Amino acid sequence: MKRFILKRLALMIVTLIGLSVVVFIVSRVAPGDPAKLAAGPDATEEMVQVIREEFGLDRPLVIQYTIYMKGLIQGDFGRSIRTRHLVWDDLKNFMPATFELVFVSISFSILFGILFGILSAVYRDTWMDHVIRFFTITGVAVPMFWLGIMLQLLFSAKVHLFPLGGRLDTMVLPPPARTHFFLIDSLLAGDWGTFANGFHHILLPAFVLSFPALASITRINRAEMLEVLHKDFVLNEKAQGISDRLIIFKYALKNALIPTLSMIGLRYGWMLGGTILVETVFNWPGIGNYAVGAAVYSDFQPVMAVTIILGLNFMIANLLVDLGYGFLDPRVKYE
Amino acid sequence: MHSGISMASTWNRWKKERESQIRDLALTFYTLRRSPLSVIGLTLVGLFLLVALIGPWIITHPGDIKGAVHIDQKLKPPSRAHLFGTDEVGRDMYSRVVMGTRLSLQIGLIIIFVAMGIGVPLGILAGYTGGWVNHLIMRITDIFLSVPGLLLALAIVGALGPGIKNAMVALSIVWWPGYVRLIQAKTLALREEAFIEAARSVGASKLRIIFSHILPNCTSPIIVKASMDMGMAILFAANLGFIGVGAQPPVPEWGSMISTGRNYLPDFWWMATFPGLAILVTVLGFNLLGDGLRDVLDPQSRGQIR
Repeated sequence: MKRFILKRLALMIVTLIGLSVVVFIVSRVAPGDPAKLAAGPDATEEMVQVIREEFGLDRPLVIQYTIYMKGLIQGDFGRSIRTRHLVWDDLKNFMPATFELVFVSISFSILFGILFGILSAVYRDTWMDHVIRFFTITGVAVPMFWLGIMLQLLFSAKVHLFPLGGRLDTMVLPPPARTHFFLIDSLLAGDWGTFANGFHHILLPAFVLSFPALASITRINRAEMLEVLHKDFVLNEKAQGISDRLIIFKYALKNALIPTLSMIGLRYGWMLGGTILVETVFNWPGIGNYAVGAAVYSDFQPVMAVTIILGLNFMIANLLVDLGYGFLDPRVKYE
Repeated sequence: MHSGISMASTWNRWKKERESQIRDLALTFYTLRRSPLSVIGLTLVGLFLLVALIGPWIITHPGDIKGAVHIDQKLKPPSRAHLFGTDEVGRDMYSRVVMGTRLSLQIGLIIIFVAMGIGVPLGILAGYTGGWVNHLIMRITDIFLSVPGLLLALAIVGALGPGIKNAMVALSIVWWPGYVRLIQAKTLALREEAFIEAARSVGASKLRIIFSHILPNCTSPIIVKASMDMGMAILFAANLGFIGVGAQPPVPEWGSMISTGRNYLPDFWWMATFPGLAILVTVLGFNLLGDGLRDVLDPQSRGQIR
């Protein structure tokens, strides 16, 4: 077990280095000249040259990469060529918003995905099953950003049920920062008003972000539950008079959850990509929004940093998923 | 006369040689037809292809595709003259959504074919050669799969500059690793099969084994994945168009149309609504078809409860 984790961590570092190389190459073989873009349209050649030297863009690629990596190891993601901000400072500002949104969304989709999957399988071919299946089929096909816009149109513009975007109302001050997650911080401070406001703001974006994941988790959990419920051991348990509830929630679910877990891992990655869209639609001040803003101006350091941060996050999630298999099925051996 | 006979005989010979495949195809189609969801998928995909094909003949305002401006017609709600209304400079939304179909088809096909062109050979190479070649290819594949696809695409388009061509390049780069994974796993399993062993033992060359034994056995999973990916590639191109790094206005791409339309909400709701419905229907069609094909073509899940 320990060896497995160490091995996976080592592999993760190798993959991370590979990812940094890929992203670095992508950013530097680009045809656009970031120095020229940053200097503005009226800049003279000398001004562009100054920026080029300042950001080391005139050095050979290999040296640029070594400098970049040296910084990365110390947690230095470089400077934005456009705003001159340290990228790490920006990330510290924007990361909590993204992760708060992603955690709420993934928890929502896991919880309800598993629940709907069970309901759909247990009440197979009833109206409930049909409704849930219709939703799972359309859920993966609906463009997330469009769903967000349509919900804004309905619930924010026509009926004023939800705010259009942002994390809090402009009049509401953020709670004292401890975890930087507004929902948790406001509870820690005992500030129910701020909590309610934050919760009100996160509902729509989290719903939209979780939608495709919720649909596919439901779908796979339904299929697996159906299969498990037809296995001989379930029949045997029924014959022994074990209650339905115990069979479904303990014995069947635990078996069905193994494939569901790998779907959760996969969908978590999609969700990290999807934050880019949802943050854009709901004006959510996270790193997805930050990366889009930078990418449009060919400002590379922020985009590279966000790619690496979210890539790392996805790798950790995959490791957790693999460890989860062992928890669900003791026969799984880690080597 | 003479050529007529030989053509007929060639046709007959071809039919005889391919008899089993033709029967298989007929069976596939028959099984597909029995599942209502697959029929819906097939219909939606057929509709999509038809609209893409005859688009130029069913649009009402051809000039509006290229970016004509009629300020006097701007922001008109849906009516008989403009089925889906008009946009902020008076262009007919219906014509633009219809022509977006053709564009989406092109985008989807190009991305999938480039991804297959890179992914399938690499997957076979990795799976069949094994050893360090396999390791190297799979590690590189893992790197690309370690980061959310949309994010990597954003990074690449950010570097290349916004535009529909660059978006397609970016999405092709993001898409090929999936095919490597699929084909490598399939090849790895096939390599141990008795019929491959037999081919090897009678002295068939590597190339022959790959082209006439391994590749044909990979077609089913490739078709299933390609059908699913068609919808997803169109969706991702729309995603990039929406965040402003994909197709640029006035190109009639659905995502970028929604992006523009979003600025005119809530009063001019039709601008963002119709292109989104077009994406939804298209992606839904390809998903349902892909699902149906998987149930039919993938023997492991044939007859399984879904």
